Amino acid sequence: MLPLIARRILATIPVMGVVALTVFGLLHLTPGDPAVIIAGDYATTQDIDKIRTRLGLDRPLLTQAGIWLASVARGDLGVSIYSGLPVTRLIGQRVGPTAALTALAMLISVTLAVPLGVLAAWRQGSWLDRAIMIVSVSGFSMPVFWLGFLLVWVFAIQAGVLPVQGYQPLEAGPWQFLRHLVLPAVTLSLVYMALIARMTRASVLGVLREDYIRTAFAKGLAPHRVLLGHALKAASLPVVTIIGVGFALLIGGAVVTESVFAIPGLGRLTVDAIVRRDYPVVQGVVLVVSGVYVLLNLVIDVAYVVLDPRIRY
Amino acid sequence: MTGLVTLALIAITGLGANLWWTADPQALRPVARLRPPSAEQWFGTDQYGRDVYSRTLYGGRISLQVGAMVGVVSLLLGVTIGLCSGYYRRIDAVVMRVMDGLMAIPAILLALALMALMRASVKNVIIALVIPEIPRVVRLVRASVLSLREQTMVEGARAIGAQTPRILLRYILPALVAPLIVQGTYICASAILFEAYLSFLGAGTPPIIPSWGNIMAEGRAYVQRAFWIILFPGAFLALTVLAVNLVGDGLRDLLKVR
Repeated sequence: MLPLIARRILATIPVMGVVALTVFGLLHLTPGDPAVIIAGDYATTQDIDKIRTRLGLDRPLLTQAGIWLASVARGDLGVSIYSGLPVTRLIGQRVGPTAALTALAMLISVTLAVPLGVLAAWRQGSWLDRAIMIVSVSGFSMPVFWLGFLLVWVFAIQAGVLPVQGYQPLEAGPWQFLRHLVLPAVTLSLVYMALIARMTRASVLGVLREDYIRTAFAKGLAPHRVLLGHALKAASLPVVTIIGVGFALLIGGAVVTESVFAIPGLGRLTVDAIVRRDYPVVQGVVLVVSGVYVLLNLVIDVAYVVLDPRIRY
Repeated sequence: MTGLVTLALIAITGLGANLWWTADPQALRPVARLRPPSAEQWFGTDQYGRDVYSRTLYGGRISLQVGAMVGVVSLLLGVTIGLCSGYYRRIDAVVMRVMDGLMAIPAILLALALMALMRASVKNVIIALVIPEIPRVVRLVRASVLSLREQTMVEGARAIGAQTPRILLRYILPALVAPLIVQGTYICASAILFEAYLSFLGAGTPPIIPSWGNIMAEGRAYVQRAFWIILFPGAFLALTVLAVNLVGDGLRDLLKVR
């Protein structure tokens, strides 16, 4: 089992290399001179030349790619054009709120969506199933920020029970921390919940037709034991997969949610960097987030091997 | 079916926006700033006194246009790359590694990063939304090509001397039409959403164009005083995406895809 896991881990290194090169390619293969775009509308030719030399854009493309890959491998993501600070430090400052937001959203989604999906599958075709599925399709279709404003309007502006926006770190006390985080986390979790509930329903439905489920019911086992103990266990692989794949959706939603609730996380950092054309920061965030995404899916793949000895790579 | 009817209704309201008792969506009336919904202004007015109802209807044109274009262009490019990659083994490895790299970047971040490099315009928004979608189409096409090319009909075609392009277009592509239509519908739905996200974050269509995302982005500063600026365009957007998703689900069941 161990060599298997080691091989799987090694296999992610080329993927990360490709991601780093893709991010690099975005900057260099897109039509338009990045130096001109970074310099802005009012730059002189000298300004543009200065930026070009500073970013090394005057060197041959392959040399630049090599330099970029080598510095990424060393953990150096360059320096922000706007603030002059190292990109890694900027990301380090902003990662906390985003991690808290996505973790809470993930927790809410999984604890609610999995039981709902099982319930919908068990009562397939009933009004309950239909209601859960309608909410789920709507979850896919609603713009995250719109839902956020709806919740703010109801709970913060009309009812006045929760803060409109802002973020409090955990050090400010768990109560303040949660009070500020609950609306953003609920906002963010809806899409993810919709995704997980749909997948849980589909894969539990597939399992419920099996003979051993009928046997379990026939021998008089309580429904909840059959559903959770037998059906969900057998149906859990696709559900775990979608939790990993859906993380991309979650992180995208986090960018938008942070903007609605004025949370100083990675999303805000990215959006600010884009407005300022601070390309090294954009590049760094995209790379780091993609790295986390690849790692999360790696953990899930490894978890499979541990959970299900039949799986071999 | 419900989805199709809703989508048709929204398309009609958008395309015939000038027929539905709308005012000029850009007309400024400073006297009538931030008016709540009333008999004259059904959805209220924004901070410049512009009629939110008219802006919402006209905004639908942009959103639907972006959604449809992203769907069509991603399919065209994805099919071309996927067919070549699945059939010519030599380029396959390289193409698929690039696709893996693109897939590893969350779609919104990728689109945002692309918009950071391009000037704001409807065309560039379409480009920025197409690129993250391509790998998904390529994977779908390539997987089917890999299994189809081993079938007897392809072998037979080659035996009677058919050229490779002919085999790809006449024997392999037709089998892919149904799943691609379904995929295209879902891409269209997510493109409409993502266009709104980009505009909302200030990296989408130019602010002068009243797309749903832009209307809401401008309304966000007035959430507390004029919630209707965000409420109505958002509701239209959600309804549209829901309708497109339902059409996709309907097509999937109808065409028996997976």
